[in-house]
Amino acid sequence: MRLDILRTLNEERAARRSVVVVTNQDSGAQRLVRAADVAGDPLKSLLEKRIRLAKSGIEETPEGKVFLTVHVPSPKLVITGAVHISQALAPMGQLLGYDVTIVDPRTAFASIERFPDVKVIAEWPDVALPAVGIDHYTAFVALTHDPKIDDPGLTVALKSDCFYIGALGSRKTHARRVERLKAERGFTDNDIGRIHSPIGLDIGAVSPSEIAVAIIGEITQRLREEPA
Amino acid sequence: MLARDEDILKAAEDWKKAGRGVALATVVETWGSAPRPVGSNLVIDNEGNFLGSVSGGCVEGAVVTEAIDVIESGKPKTLEFGVADETAWKVGLSCGGKIRVFVEKVE
Repeated sequence: MRLDILRTLNEERAARRSVVVVTNQDSGAQRLVRAADVAGDPLKSLLEKRIRLAKSGIEETPEGKVFLTVHVPSPKLVITGAVHISQALAPMGQLLGYDVTIVDPRTAFASIERFPDVKVIAEWPDVALPAVGIDHYTAFVALTHDPKIDDPGLTVALKSDCFYIGALGSRKTHARRVERLKAERGFTDNDIGRIHSPIGLDIGAVSPSEIAVAIIGEITQRLREEPA
Repeated sequence: MLARDEDILKAAEDWKKAGRGVALATVVETWGSAPRPVGSNLVIDNEGNFLGSVSGGCVEGAVVTEAIDVIESGKPKTLEFGVADETAWKVGLSCGGKIRVFVEKVE
């Protein structure tokens, strides 16, 4: 590997951007493809799929047998609401390799006793989230039921290119939320369409832990499935 | 795991910039129950120092020896380890796993 390829690889990874190193197995020829350059690459569809699945491996291609080393940032799960569902969702997220952060300004909720192994920030979402960094490899989930807390969080998420946004609440609650987000924060129907609500896969979840399963299932689907 | 891989590639860059001879080993194929996934890295310098893992400790010794050759010759090598390989058997790849490792010089 050339040092300049290695240097770029490390820069891209530090910036939390996906990158693939393509190594020809016969000639040893090597090139680096940044996520931003995948669309113009001859191996476009192959690289897209590999990045989506975060999977390195060997492929037969028109340019010969190549090894694709795929580097994808580890995903983040950001939750507003240090609530009951979060107590189940946070460890599930960690189990799946997510870097989990919970934001809730209510200090009685956001206590270390309730979340011993999770990063909990007792602060308003609009204050806390810029530092947490909602990027493409982030799933954002709003769980408080309280517009004062969820709305500013959703606002940050909708302005980012995060891969998943979900918000807890009944259809009625969501309809009111949509109205607020449009009237007070200027979002369009297109923006709003990114929010998964009712949140989670429809598996008949009842308990907080089951709802967490439905949510983490939906997040996994969005992360791995080919976009329609 | 990702964080550790990151450190390994950063180490490869830093070692090279510090003037050391450096090779990078990458798991490119696995069969059966291999201990480390495809894409796992091991970085090796010309004195045999190494960081990372391609097999959870089973075949690192052999990879390091080959890597020192690769640093000297500059020619990449593909190594294969499996149950039929005596070294791998002795050190624990007896679970039916088989791995192929690509070793290249950083230059």
